Amino acid sequence: MPSLKDLRVRIASVKSTQKITAAMKMVAAAKLRRAQEQAEASRPYAERMQRMLTSLAAGASNRDGAPKLLAGTGSDETHLLLVGSADRGLCGGFNTNIVREVRRAIEELRGKGKTVKILCIGRKGRDQLRRTYGDLIVDTIEDVSKPRPRFVTAEEIAARVLKMFEAGEFDVCSLFFARFKSAISQIVTQQQLIPFAPSDGEDAAETENSSGVVYDYEPDEQEILADLLPRNLAVQIFRGILENNASEQGARMTAMDNATRNAGEMIDKLTMTYNRTRQAVITKELIEIISGAEAL
Amino acid sequence: MAEERIEFELVSPERLLLSEAVEMVVVPGTEGEIGVLPQHAPTITTLRPGVIRVYEKGAVTERIFVASGFAEVTPARCTVLADQAVPVAEIDRAATEDGLRVAREDQTDTKSDDERATVERRIAVAEAMLAAADG
Repeated sequence: MPSLKDLRVRIASVKSTQKITAAMKMVAAAKLRRAQEQAEASRPYAERMQRMLTSLAAGASNRDGAPKLLAGTGSDETHLLLVGSADRGLCGGFNTNIVREVRRAIEELRGKGKTVKILCIGRKGRDQLRRTYGDLIVDTIEDVSKPRPRFVTAEEIAARVLKMFEAGEFDVCSLFFARFKSAISQIVTQQQLIPFAPSDGEDAAETENSSGVVYDYEPDEQEILADLLPRNLAVQIFRGILENNASEQGARMTAMDNATRNAGEMIDKLTMTYNRTRQAVITKELIEIISGAEAL
Repeated sequence: MAEERIEFELVSPERLLLSEAVEMVVVPGTEGEIGVLPQHAPTITTLRPGVIRVYEKGAVTERIFVASGFAEVTPARCTVLADQAVPVAEIDRAATEDGLRVAREDQTDTKSDDERATVERRIAVAEAMLAAADG
């Protein structure tokens, strides 16, 4: 049986933990709102870009001399995985979920005898992957969403990926990130960036209504494609970062909400034990006094 | 035909900047300015640093500077995807001049072709921005 003092100390410590988790939850909720707004604000650009590119790609991909970013290098020996994750922990299973998906992909690719390279965007993903796949990690990019995600950062990452691609360091590039569905549900998504994969799913409806139109191109198709494809890469990475950022805050909010509730339960339980012990001590003292008096 | 209007949208990667029905827009295409009226032929073009002008009743109502990007024109719509867009009235002359000077200094000590291209682009954008602020 713990002493009364021990119990008091524990209750005080759980209470201060609860204060911290409650504060973190509020901060995450505020950040989530901002992140969500930003993610939504960036959607029109990504959608219109996708629409333009899909109509261009349909015409250009069948012809000879299509850009490599569109048609691929002709092989798929080396895969580059861009792993988006958070820079901080305490956000439930957020990072672990992404990493689990990445591990699965790595094993699958290795099983087929492909070479895998990893470029981490975010500290936590690297920390978890380093143990098993340390030799595959090319580099880590940190603090992408500090103080808030900016397009320039995405452009830098894209430029870097392009440089590697031109140097022939990989053939296929995919991005892993958690798509934000709601504060309690984030879906880990794998998206192929190079070669360009025409849109499917949610963007499909958007592209349909323009697919029949024949455009005039100025300057010409090739040049626009050569300009548009690298830009699209940056846009897609930016979008991944934004979605990831919103997901991270959502996951953290949920995790901290749970933690606050658990701390509350623990405090109730400890208080109950504390009171019982206190009563027991009083009863014991009384018995001692009474039996002492009787003995006289 | 006179009442017909064209949906004009200006989008940057970070947000939707402008979305309204207008009479005419003039877009700075790489190969020359394009005036877009309703029923324009479908076109996709790249942009050079310059000013987008929105016309209303034959007069310019809005002037927005864009650094680069793309424009998609359909008979009913004109969508501009810009990397950087600033209303001409809000251009910060001093900051732009500073940027131009720094870029010129950088130009003298560039080594690779890549660097040179980036610096030249910066100079072109800054010069166009100043021209926009003057005009």
